[in-house]
Amino acid sequence: MNIAASPQRATEIQNMTRSDTPLVRFQGVRKSFGELEVLKGIDLEVKSGEVVALIGRSGSGKSTALRCVNGLERINAGELTVCGRTLHDGKVDLRDLRQDVGIVFQSYNLFPHLTVEQNVTLAPRKVHRIGAKEARELSDQVLAQVGLSDKAKNYPEQLSGGQQQRVAIARSLAMRPKLILFDEVTSALDPELTGEVLRVIAKLAAEGMTMMLVTHEMAFARSVADQIVFMHQGRIWESGKGDMLEDPQTPELRQFVGNGL
Amino acid sequence: MFGLTIEQIAFIFRGAGWTIVLSLLGFVGGTILGLPVALARASRRRSLRTGSGLFVQLVQGIPLPVIMFVVYFGISIGGYDVPALVAAGIAMTLYSSAYLGEIWRGCIQAVPKTQWEAGECLALTNTQRFVFVILPQALRIAVPPTVGFLVQIVKNTSYAVVIGFFDLTYSAKVINNSTFMPFTVFTLAALIYFAICFPMSVLARRFERRLSRS
Ligand SMILES: Nc1ncnc2c1ncn2[C@@H]1O[C@H](COP(=O)(O)OP(=O)(O)OP(=O)(O)O)[C@@H](O)[C@H]1O
Ligand SMILES: [Mg+2]
Repeated sequence: MNIAASPQRATEIQNMTRSDTPLVRFQGVRKSFGELEVLKGIDLEVKSGEVVALIGRSGSGKSTALRCVNGLERINAGELTVCGRTLHDGKVDLRDLRQDVGIVFQSYNLFPHLTVEQNVTLAPRKVHRIGAKEARELSDQVLAQVGLSDKAKNYPEQLSGGQQQRVAIARSLAMRPKLILFDEVTSALDPELTGEVLRVIAKLAAEGMTMMLVTHEMAFARSVADQIVFMHQGRIWESGKGDMLEDPQTPELRQFVGNGL
Repeated sequence: MFGLTIEQIAFIFRGAGWTIVLSLLGFVGGTILGLPVALARASRRRSLRTGSGLFVQLVQGIPLPVIMFVVYFGISIGGYDVPALVAAGIAMTLYSSAYLGEIWRGCIQAVPKTQWEAGECLALTNTQRFVFVILPQALRIAVPPTVGFLVQIVKNTSYAVVIGFFDLTYSAKVINNSTFMPFTVFTLAALIYFAICFPMSVLARRFERRLSRS
């Protein structure tokens, strides 16, 4: 079941899909909470198979940008297209969208009353209406992907933070999304547990999963992201490949990188 | 025994039986009506929240014996002659549904908002989220206060005496009227009430402890 370390396949997927229209396209996206404008015109494209890392100070709008992508927040202006659906005209079927877009939160948000397997298969069973046998196979498969095959019958409270977060990733994978959003998924973890979660994400990236991730792990962003986006005061201040962190063009990014590393 | 005949004691126990019957009626009715009240109170729809809020305020703002009178005489004004059990059962249902509704609303809202959000992000429908994610967690939280409220129901059925319902309080009063041993008779009644309520209090506390441990 381990399609993990298959660089050929990863390249295949990338070659196959990179040239296509982007999975996510922000065009002049604005978002306000009451008087407070949090996103002040965001332009961003995420191609299929691409990994985009959002970095920036607290309050710069990273989470908000991410939450707009799966419709948790509605944008006020501009255009936002996700997996072929337009999110700015108010016509999108959010449940339909969310079958294509997974999200993993900082606080895991697992269902505490359900076992790991039940957590992972609840949505596929109720939304995709798969049967019990298929659900078990699906659970085995996605749990293997995050290295937790032996925890299917455990409850979330019996797992470490790192394991819980990997279950949350498996739960997202079980919906077979085209895109997964990660919002500071290691920020609640002890340093020694951070690595195991980052390794799972890096593996997914190598397998060709399209991802947008908000992270404070600069070394990680540099190593897995195809594109790094530095947000500042609701704008994309600077963006580029991993090496942009070594050569900041703006004082804001220089200061941010200086503090962060 | 204590200067009471076996028949007299049996009479009091028969009253206790009807106290239990009325308590069950109140609890079952209160659950059936209280669940929609809780849902309406926790609803996102404002009209539902206000409507159910009014109902709760109204019931909680009226003493239970007055509710008993209003229901009992209200029905008889309508030209129907109902047994006191039915009137008391309706009054207890109204009373418990208002309180259980509020208790359960609290339990539903005690489930973190992030659980709703997690369900939403997995493309579950509103109903699916409620049934499979929120409700099971709310139920667990609800067990201790619900069992605790059962004790209130049992004790408060004694107000049905005002409309002449034959329960433990009523039967004790009858025996007292013929024996003039109020202390003995009402102490016996008190002991029986206690014997019914105490195990439930213990149970409620045990559930609470188990919940706080996990
Ligand atoms: N639901 C909301 N209602 C009102 N204001 C909000 C809401 N969500 C976010 N904000 C505000 O929007 C701004 C940007 O928040 P956001 O969470 O996007 O920042 P962030 O870059 O993710 O920061 P952090 O690194 O702290 O997570 C903040 O000032 C925040 O207080
Ligand atoms: Mg954030």
